[in-house]
Amino acid sequence: MAIGLENIIFLLVAALGIGLFVWQISRIRKNVLMGRDLVLADNPSERLNKVLLVAFGQQKMFKRMIPAVLHLFVYIGFLVINIEVIEILIDGIFGTHRILGFAGVLYSGLMAINEILALLVIVACAIFLWRRNVKKVPRLAYGVEMRAWPELDANIILVTEIVLMLALFAFNISDLKLAQLQGHQVAGSFPVSHFFVNALGSDPETLHVIGRVGWWFHILGILAFMNYLPSSKHFHIIMAFPNVYFSKLLPKGKFTTNPAITHEIKAMLDPAYQPPAPETDADGNPILQRFGAKDVEDLTWKQLMDSYTCTECGRCTAVCPANITGKLLSPRKIVMDTRDRMEEKGEHPAIFAPNHYKELGIDRVPVTEENTLLRGYVTPEELWACTTCNACVEACPVNIDQLSTIMDLRRFLVLEESAAPAALNAMFSNIENNGAPWAFSPSDRFNWAEDLYVPSKN
Amino acid sequence: MEENKRLVKVPTMAQMAANGEEPEILFWVGCAGAFDDRYKRVTRAFVQILEHVEVKYAVLGTEESCTGDPAKRAGNEFLFQMQALTNIEVLNAYNVKKIVTACPHCFNTIKNEYPDLGGNYEVIHHSTFLQQLINEGKVHVQGGEAFKGKRITYHDSCYLGRANDIYEAPREVLAALDADLVEMKRSRANGLCCGAGGAQMWKEPEPGRKDINIERTEEALATLGTGNSVIATACPFCMVMMSDGVKNKEQEENVKVFDIAELIAQAEGLSK
Repeated sequence: MAIGLENIIFLLVAALGIGLFVWQISRIRKNVLMGRDLVLADNPSERLNKVLLVAFGQQKMFKRMIPAVLHLFVYIGFLVINIEVIEILIDGIFGTHRILGFAGVLYSGLMAINEILALLVIVACAIFLWRRNVKKVPRLAYGVEMRAWPELDANIILVTEIVLMLALFAFNISDLKLAQLQGHQVAGSFPVSHFFVNALGSDPETLHVIGRVGWWFHILGILAFMNYLPSSKHFHIIMAFPNVYFSKLLPKGKFTTNPAITHEIKAMLDPAYQPPAPETDADGNPILQRFGAKDVEDLTWKQLMDSYTCTECGRCTAVCPANITGKLLSPRKIVMDTRDRMEEKGEHPAIFAPNHYKELGIDRVPVTEENTLLRGYVTPEELWACTTCNACVEACPVNIDQLSTIMDLRRFLVLEESAAPAALNAMFSNIENNGAPWAFSPSDRFNWAEDLYVPSKN
Repeated sequence: MEENKRLVKVPTMAQMAANGEEPEILFWVGCAGAFDDRYKRVTRAFVQILEHVEVKYAVLGTEESCTGDPAKRAGNEFLFQMQALTNIEVLNAYNVKKIVTACPHCFNTIKNEYPDLGGNYEVIHHSTFLQQLINEGKVHVQGGEAFKGKRITYHDSCYLGRANDIYEAPREVLAALDADLVEMKRSRANGLCCGAGGAQMWKEPEPGRKDINIERTEEALATLGTGNSVIATACPFCMVMMSDGVKNKEQEENVKVFDIAELIAQAEGLSK
């Protein structure tokens, strides 16, 4: 153990990287808290159970078997290889070498599993790159929301993961070869590097440099990657866990009820009804809330958290009946738009590329100049294409509730702007006047029961 | 055969209350069940079953009004709550405890959304109710039309399936028919919407390549193959959309769209 200049530099770089990450998280936290209050503290055991099954257990990923298995490699690789990262950190700070090596067989096993996982991660990421760029799986390669940045972002992540794994191998191979040259044993077992032990030559000086470069590259790569996360769809590796914890536990068919409207109606029906005093802000002024959502602050913090959790996999859009039949609606677009608008309006992470539909000239999306989520990003045409079938919600591997956001935007159109399509306004007036969505007389409601017979029992 | 039939007098809650009686269940007919010519046949078939098993039931008759579901899904929370609060007042005045309905939209709304507004009832969809009747041996599914070996595919209603996790009840009802039950590729939790939910029933679709009901009908037809077969539904809107789809594909001669209650009534010999 020798703490030298390299260790001090490492310590500084690590502190800087972690500090920058914490700063970015605090900005994102601020964005999420732009949303409306919502208490989701019920049933903690059911929530934890969901986290275990859906987040840790990847349960919903397995609706699509091939990507699920490949993703599992990357996911487990990420979790397990991070144990080695702890060692890398300790070695880096204290100038030790494979500090966990004392664990003997356990350490050998861990290193062996790490190497196999690292190889699987490379294979999986290569297949993912192929699926995106060569095979062009529709949900990954197409859609109006898959603009320049989302496309680049996905490729950056996959290439970075491959490079990080290669750095890990370079580090292990040079270590192995050096030990071989010096005639002693390296702690650990390296089933993959073992095969490539001669791949980097046998000059001790070069090997030493490669080893150090591999080590530095891996650790700097991880720090850089961590700070890239908040700007990326890859942020889901963190957000999936809280987002699943706070998922909707109620039946999917139960939409939210606005109590402010209940009070209004009760007061209307009964003049003696005393509605509760409106909530007030710190200065004692009543907080007036819009009915429905026009912009990001009208959504709840959970709906905003949803959009930081989205990894743009497009499973929601791929099962959306409107999207399947060529309508503009794409649940993924709603979620991505919410994030873009939130970062435009509030804080934004280190790398921010909003990719406006208008600036990109994507004519299919008839956005306006309005500086709001509604119309500036999400158009009424999309909202009115939704059948509220919950297929998107069911499909999402990280329990995003796309439908709740669609509904809140719809509510604003209807309740604040009376901007429903004419046919729906006709339906509304039928309900008001006839108690049915069609123009039938309520007095005919019981006519179906006329001349009805059943076989008599003898 | 006229002498073997008896005229059904459908009891209303008002009559029951006047006689100081309370029914075991309230049959919530729904607007489609009351006004849509095609779905009125489902309502009648379900009442025939209720009469057949001699359960003490009643309907609201002209006192029933839209649950507010179409307004709610269209974003009109105000109109929804107006309807809901009025209906809850009526239901609570009659001291209703248990409601059965053949409409998944009414079912979902009353079961999940009325409690927040003061309406607490045990709400059962007719698929679950029919399943119970079959399990209890009250319906034997014999004596009427035989479905043995007939190809039937069940189209999941979103508001029954994903919205409320009811996938097996309608399938178990159909299984009692001893028919050849075939599943579409997109079924149960992965079922494809008929295209009518979310108030789409009352508006033209947004611009696109295809109508959703055509996409779904094509899938059903491909699953059923040639020959006489049945698309079974458990929702008035699915019924309309699938029937229109079959008509569009000019398959009405071969493929019939029936509600599960109609199939049971036919099999039980109630609707001859």
